[in-house]
Amino acid sequence: MSNQQVAPIRMSDGPAPVWQDNPYVPWPAKILKIVSHTEREHTFRLEFKGDVRPGQFFEVSIPKYGEAPISVSGVVPGSSIDLTIRNVGRVTGELFANYGEGDSVLLRGPYGNGFDVSVFQRGEVVVVAGGTGVSPVRGVVEALSTGEDPSHKHVIVGFRSPDNLLFRDDLANWADRVDLTVTVDGAPDGYQGNVGLVTKYIPDLPLDDPSTAQAIVVGPPPMMRFSVKGLLELGLQPQNIWVSQERKMCCGMGKCGHCRIGKSYVCLDGPVFNYTESKDLLD
Amino acid sequence: MGFVLSADGFGRALAELGQTHRIWAPVLKRGEGRFTDTDVVRYDFVESADQIDFQDRSDYSFKELLTPLSQTLFYYAEDQVMVPKDDPAEVIAFVRACDLCGLRRLDQMYQHNGARSDWYYDRIRSHVHFALMGCGHSFEDCFCASMGSNVAPEGSYDFSVDIDEDGNVLVDAPDEESAKLFARFASQERDVEPAHVDSNPTQVTVPDEVPNELYRAPLWDEYTTRCIECGRCNFVCPTCTCYTMQDVFYTDNGRAGERRRVAASCMVDGYTNVAGGGEYRRTAGERMRFKVLHKVYDFRRRFGYDMCVGCGRCTTVCPEYINFAAAINHLNDAVVALQQGPKEDSHE
Repeated sequence: MSNQQVAPIRMSDGPAPVWQDNPYVPWPAKILKIVSHTEREHTFRLEFKGDVRPGQFFEVSIPKYGEAPISVSGVVPGSSIDLTIRNVGRVTGELFANYGEGDSVLLRGPYGNGFDVSVFQRGEVVVVAGGTGVSPVRGVVEALSTGEDPSHKHVIVGFRSPDNLLFRDDLANWADRVDLTVTVDGAPDGYQGNVGLVTKYIPDLPLDDPSTAQAIVVGPPPMMRFSVKGLLELGLQPQNIWVSQERKMCCGMGKCGHCRIGKSYVCLDGPVFNYTESKDLLD
Repeated sequence: MGFVLSADGFGRALAELGQTHRIWAPVLKRGEGRFTDTDVVRYDFVESADQIDFQDRSDYSFKELLTPLSQTLFYYAEDQVMVPKDDPAEVIAFVRACDLCGLRRLDQMYQHNGARSDWYYDRIRSHVHFALMGCGHSFEDCFCASMGSNVAPEGSYDFSVDIDEDGNVLVDAPDEESAKLFARFASQERDVEPAHVDSNPTQVTVPDEVPNELYRAPLWDEYTTRCIECGRCNFVCPTCTCYTMQDVFYTDNGRAGERRRVAASCMVDGYTNVAGGGEYRRTAGERMRFKVLHKVYDFRRRFGYDMCVGCGRCTTVCPEYINFAAAINHLNDAVVALQQGPKEDSHE
């Protein structure tokens, strides 16, 4: 293998020096904590000291299995990030099977624009999220719930069934501070909570002035489409609605091409888009 | 500065250039085409001028030099990562005007889309120089004049090569070092303008605007039935840049191997697949629409000029005889029909 060179990078060296000037080379990040929400969905808290916004994403990789883009579901500035991961693919399958607290996974990022939380601190805000779509907004809701005006923040989160609930502890905390609606698509008989799609709760949002309210919508494409429709019917302005898109992303830096929709690159211009832009993103 | 050289003189000049540069040029490969008894013109490193095919347009583009079909990003072994060594050799690539226009598109994507210039692309790009092969006539399926890429951009080549009827080689050498080299082997010094075509038998009209309605228009359905999603159009294109990550392992336990990026095609299954089964474009028609609009509309909306350079390679290579120029014209016809549609209806 005469083709090899460059100072070897020891995975045990920790995050800092590994990046060099080559952004494709990931660095090892220690798994500080794993929280299990469901059998298939865990939150991995990873060591990361750099700047990051909620809604940005990292490429998580395990040699041999490849890389997967995972959005940031929580940030402890200067210390760690949370990645909430569903076990649905090769990389995530290996991660769930063989990685525990104290192990390291390879990381590069953060990529994408993420949410500018300060934009949402003032005034009325609606957050509608479904399933793992709650991940990218978790950091936003966390900030809003502890921010200057939590009483005007309305959060609707939906999951497939009571067994699919994510972030149970957070939901309990948020319920005390913001106007929170937790709903499930379907539930066994005797379930005490809300049953129905998130869109069911949009018309009844107690907004003082829908024309100035802002909204964030994240979830599966049909859920986003109908939620935005509901918000527009309620009187929200298109330019006050934000959505986050999911696409295949191999690089995160605007080169690999997979995430392009029209003239936009989800990894560069998104994943968070203003609705006035996203409505013209046709696959 | 221009020169006239005999074929022999040019050969000797190139041999001398070959002392300091690797030469990347189109080569006629007899019998190596995709079908029995067919030839193919592909790029390869050559040792001498007589190996270069100056007569044809290459079937594949020069881009594999800058964006290899498969490129190792790093090796991993146990807990170490190593980045492959740079190849420090200077390279001179023989290309046509459309290719030099294509180069600008490759640079656009790899160096100027997003805040980061591509580490691996830059590393190779910094070693590559270009020689322009003039086009005295159009090749099969070319429509470069329609795309404005029939003339090499100013400053894009070190020297040009045209061969006249008598077999003399005409060289324009704006690069000083190249001029010095060719001056020593020239039989005559005079101004030379590289040949180019002003129009092609195949012409296209690119629409200024493509309304959203046309994204779901029936015009794309034809490709769902015709296209076999082989992706050859992407792999021969001098402007296609997409790639996919791929991990390769040498040992069963996966503790040693390499991460590569390999050329990807937006026409081939899996391009938009996300974990969990999501797929954003399923039919060949949708994929064709995505590709056509990128080449003649979406790229322009982002960067201000069209991506397609009209080299015609995708048309020539297509096993289903899908003509890319015709696809552009169909699109334009549909745009025009949409604009005029209501008026025509009112006449009836």
